[in-house]
Amino acid sequence: MKENIEKLLSERILVLDGAMGTMIQRHKLEEIDFRLGAFENHDKPLKGNNDLLSITRPEIIKDIHRQYFQAGADIVETNTFSGTWIAQADYSLEDAVYRINFESAKIAREVADEFTDKPRFVAGSIGPTNRTASISPDVNDPGFRAISFDELVNAYKQQVEALMDGGVDLMLVETIFDTLNAKAALFAIDEVYEERGNRLPIMVSGTITDQSGRTLTGQTTEAFLISLSHIPLLSIGLNCALGANLMRPYLQILNEKADFAVSAHPNAGLPNEFGKYDETPEIMAEQIKEFLEEGLVNIIGGCCGTTPEHIKAIADLASKYQPRKWK
Amino acid sequence: MEVTLKLSGLEPLIVSKESNFVNVGERTNVTGSKAFLRMIKEGDFEAALAVARDQVEGGAQIIDVNMDEGMIDGKEAMVQFLNLIASEPDIARVPIMIDSSKWEIIEAGLKCIQGKGVVNSISLKEGEENFIRQAKTIKRYGAAVIVMAFDEKGQADSYERRIEICKRSYDILVEQVSFPKEDIIFDPNIFPVATGMEEHNNNALDFFRATKWIRENLPGAHVSGGVSNVSFSFRGNNKVREAMHSAFLFHAIANGMDMGIVNPTMLEVYSDIEPELLTHVEDVLLNRRPDATERLLELAETVKGDGKKKEVDLSWRNVPVKERLSHALVKGLVEFIDEDVEECRKLFERPIEVIEGPLMDGMNIVGDLFGSGKMFLPQVVKSARVMKKAVAYLLPFIEEEKDGKSSSAGKILMATVKGDVHDIGKNIVGVVLGCNNYEVIDIGVMVPAEKIIETAIRENVDVIGLSGLITPSLDEMEHVAKEMERANLNIPLLIGGATTSKVHTAVKIEKHYSKGQTVHVLDASRSVTVVESLLGSKKNQFIHDLKLEYTKVREHHEKHRGAKQLLSLKDARENRLKIEFRQEDISTPKQIGIQLFKNIPLEKLVPFIDWTPFFQTWELHGRFPNILEDEIVGNEAKKLFEDAESMLSKIVNEKWIEARAVIGLFPANSNGDDIEIYSDESRTQILNIQRTLRQQTKKTAGQPNLALSDFIAPKETGIKDYIGAFALTTGIGLEDHVERFEKDHDDYSSIMVKALADRLVEALAEYMHKEVRTDYWGYAINEQLSNEELIKESYRGIRPAPGYPACPDHQEKIGLFELLNATELTGVSLTESLAMFPASSVSGWYFAHPQAKYFGLGKISMEQINDVSSRKEVKSEEILKWYSSFLND
Repeated sequence: MKENIEKLLSERILVLDGAMGTMIQRHKLEEIDFRLGAFENHDKPLKGNNDLLSITRPEIIKDIHRQYFQAGADIVETNTFSGTWIAQADYSLEDAVYRINFESAKIAREVADEFTDKPRFVAGSIGPTNRTASISPDVNDPGFRAISFDELVNAYKQQVEALMDGGVDLMLVETIFDTLNAKAALFAIDEVYEERGNRLPIMVSGTITDQSGRTLTGQTTEAFLISLSHIPLLSIGLNCALGANLMRPYLQILNEKADFAVSAHPNAGLPNEFGKYDETPEIMAEQIKEFLEEGLVNIIGGCCGTTPEHIKAIADLASKYQPRKWK
Repeated sequence: MEVTLKLSGLEPLIVSKESNFVNVGERTNVTGSKAFLRMIKEGDFEAALAVARDQVEGGAQIIDVNMDEGMIDGKEAMVQFLNLIASEPDIARVPIMIDSSKWEIIEAGLKCIQGKGVVNSISLKEGEENFIRQAKTIKRYGAAVIVMAFDEKGQADSYERRIEICKRSYDILVEQVSFPKEDIIFDPNIFPVATGMEEHNNNALDFFRATKWIRENLPGAHVSGGVSNVSFSFRGNNKVREAMHSAFLFHAIANGMDMGIVNPTMLEVYSDIEPELLTHVEDVLLNRRPDATERLLELAETVKGDGKKKEVDLSWRNVPVKERLSHALVKGLVEFIDEDVEECRKLFERPIEVIEGPLMDGMNIVGDLFGSGKMFLPQVVKSARVMKKAVAYLLPFIEEEKDGKSSSAGKILMATVKGDVHDIGKNIVGVVLGCNNYEVIDIGVMVPAEKIIETAIRENVDVIGLSGLITPSLDEMEHVAKEMERANLNIPLLIGGATTSKVHTAVKIEKHYSKGQTVHVLDASRSVTVVESLLGSKKNQFIHDLKLEYTKVREHHEKHRGAKQLLSLKDARENRLKIEFRQEDISTPKQIGIQLFKNIPLEKLVPFIDWTPFFQTWELHGRFPNILEDEIVGNEAKKLFEDAESMLSKIVNEKWIEARAVIGLFPANSNGDDIEIYSDESRTQILNIQRTLRQQTKKTAGQPNLALSDFIAPKETGIKDYIGAFALTTGIGLEDHVERFEKDHDDYSSIMVKALADRLVEALAEYMHKEVRTDYWGYAINEQLSNEELIKESYRGIRPAPGYPACPDHQEKIGLFELLNATELTGVSLTESLAMFPASSVSGWYFAHPQAKYFGLGKISMEQINDVSSRKEVKSEEILKWYSSFLND
């Protein structure tokens, strides 16, 4: 599998899927949808805990994966963005973590296997959790930390093991706003890989929060790249927070400096005053065209606000361009 | 693609063939900087951060952080400091070098940095298995590594051993660990040359050759090292050392060294080294001739004599008398002062002109040199002694003339506030101001506000300076400021002393005194510039800027007020340190009750002296004995130390002072946060209840909220525990000698004798503590510790003193003194602010439990103060003032 995707990356630009949350919203789900058959007697409201839908409404999630594959995605991400006990603690569902990741991986795998026309990959989505290891949540006590490196490693290991058991092809550590969290994720992945003697390819993707060009924790794009280069990666890239046009200068830095493939999955622009992303597939594709002309990326997809329609436009475009060359 | 070492903080640092030598900042290191250690020990992380910031601003491209020190919890300090750095973007922009000989500290540090840092260091010292395990872990955390040329057999000291160990380390790292080649940095050991021992002749050359070999044969690897070691034999002769460092670096860099710890102030420009010196230095470094060391030693004698013992040079006696006076002032020589002043007096019409002319000219030179950092405090104080003697000689002649009034630059009133007896700092400031032609009126210690104000008005002074050491003095200063306001004064007010700070001055003092300006003065060396600004032509601008600054400080403080989120007292208590006490671990003291020791032989105390704080008193910063070899202050430190030793031997031999101690050992149990101290084993009669205070700041997981009571077995366990108490002094008899020196206008000696008495009482505390551990209480009968280990407090148990960080409540001294009958037995009394008089006195508690450790209380809430007041059965308003400095407001 590893040789496979690496070889493909040198041949063409691969396409990653679009937003999961945006697609789930279309279904107008209710509290009961998040409980069906699994958490019916749970004592806390669960609506909004999208990762649970892989267990309670798997057909919805499978359909979303399917739509993205049909739109031309080579890689879909599992529905596990919040699949750590740290993120699930808000719902008192720390115990559900294995199931969330295992079931999510399993259903994504099933959908991927429905397609035989070209290789389709499942990436285990590993989110940042809702706590930061290198910033204090309390501005008055800058030395304080709400989460430790060890706790993060523990949480990520649990997630990685379940994702592997469920059959993912690669790991995607994404939406990194605190590089130390990501270092903990890589630490956990490396430990699990060593224990299992099985090394799946790893993608990492950071979030440059605004036009200062830095992560939330203050690193420049290049410092971010250096900080995560100690483990062999399949790709490094950027996602979320920015639309495609604002992301471009930072992708140029990665293009210039990275010894790995470069990925990008921008938002459909910036959110409007109602919190909705309104860049149409055409507008977004127009901006992404610039990346492709410059040869900045190897993997392209979408984040918040993007839909199968966006991915179709991007995939059509990507097929016309050569991938970025590196090394 | 070329592989290069890439590091990162918030920003990248690329170490490639093209990049220049990478300079590593070394001052955030407790083993190398006493000042930094003190900050960490006192929990003053803000100051510690300032050190880091200063280095980054000064051009350090990486900062080395080291917390290896027996007295502190190195792991906790590392984590806390790195976490704080993470929130300071101007520091965090550079990569961190985590420096420790303890693996657990290294690993704890690696868990705190989001960038790619450097581990300093690992080696094959403990075998391959350990080395591989550590390297693998470092790789997993994503850091580069410094590998010392050290293996199971020891440190590499030849070319062959260096390359053997480096090659072996490299092969293991690359082949077995897959460590990125470019992330390997070797430290092939820089050793001194020209030591006189033949086997050291190749030390530098071997380093160069090994460096070259590493760079040629171990692809990707880098070379680093600490440069100042090479010139160790020439300490004291900075000119030679600087030349050696530059020449060493020149060759090391040419051979491929690309990173290192270098003190930028100790470098000569390579091309500026005198050709003869350079040849001689390079002969040594490159071992070019068998007599190279001798020849360099010979030349060193001539290039700068400050390293060698010299004959008393009297050639300055041949220059004109005015120049002789300047020379005597700058050099602090009193020997000929009377005859020179007499000679000079005859040259002038009026005696006052001698002061206003040549003497002031000389003092101006001193002031300039001090101001520009070319003279140090002990020298200035010696200069002042010369000046005072000269003036004393002239005074009778001046008084013969009716109108012989000297014109000074201004009149300064100095006082230590009511309740406080500490005056070394105040006296030093007085001397420094005196040197700068200010007339200093010193009204001594324990001066009430009324007397300060009355004297200020009567003498028509230009500035008032307040000093104090203990925390209650902060409130007294606030009181003086209010009284000055009431008295309608508009005289500038200077605030100084160990516990004072700019923040405290801005928040608590300045606002109460609106008519005049209040200024915090950090140390003696700043006092002159502050006073000059206050009295000079730019006065208005200075005051305007200051007001603005203090307003900002206040606003900032206000914003962060209550800033610290504290735990409720209940939560803090729940998170107390829960020691599992076992009766068999607790030793019973030989004798319950108090014991008095009079006339303790002073010579027994001398070995226990910790000299480092002595140098701090004189504003010379650095750790003893290294400070004697310090590049910048080494020479002055050495002279000061000689003077100190010579006076110390007089103090001891001629018995200038008496050392007295009273100790008490009692049954005790904790009861909540209180410690109950009993008269006897029946544990029924309570002699004293110590009300300990509990930390309330939020702790990281696993860290307890401490109170001293945690270290004593709780009453309900039924376990028989004990506590010790002590009060001691070396202040008896001191006053006579201070007076004698003051009469002789010899401030240098008067400050010296006080500073020595302070050292002796600390030594006495160390000595008595040891006696208690190994004999009277006897819980550590087999203790075998060197003096250095004693100073580092590597022994079992602690002796916290009321008024200090673990138990900042000065009021506890009252009960302690009663318990020991201390005033009657030792002659030490408590002032109204609960300072001990005489000043060279110490009192405190002994805790014996192995888990007892020093800590800082930090801020506490009003809830706890109310709780203490109900425990004490007094109204909280009555005791509030004692807690103001650590109440979280």
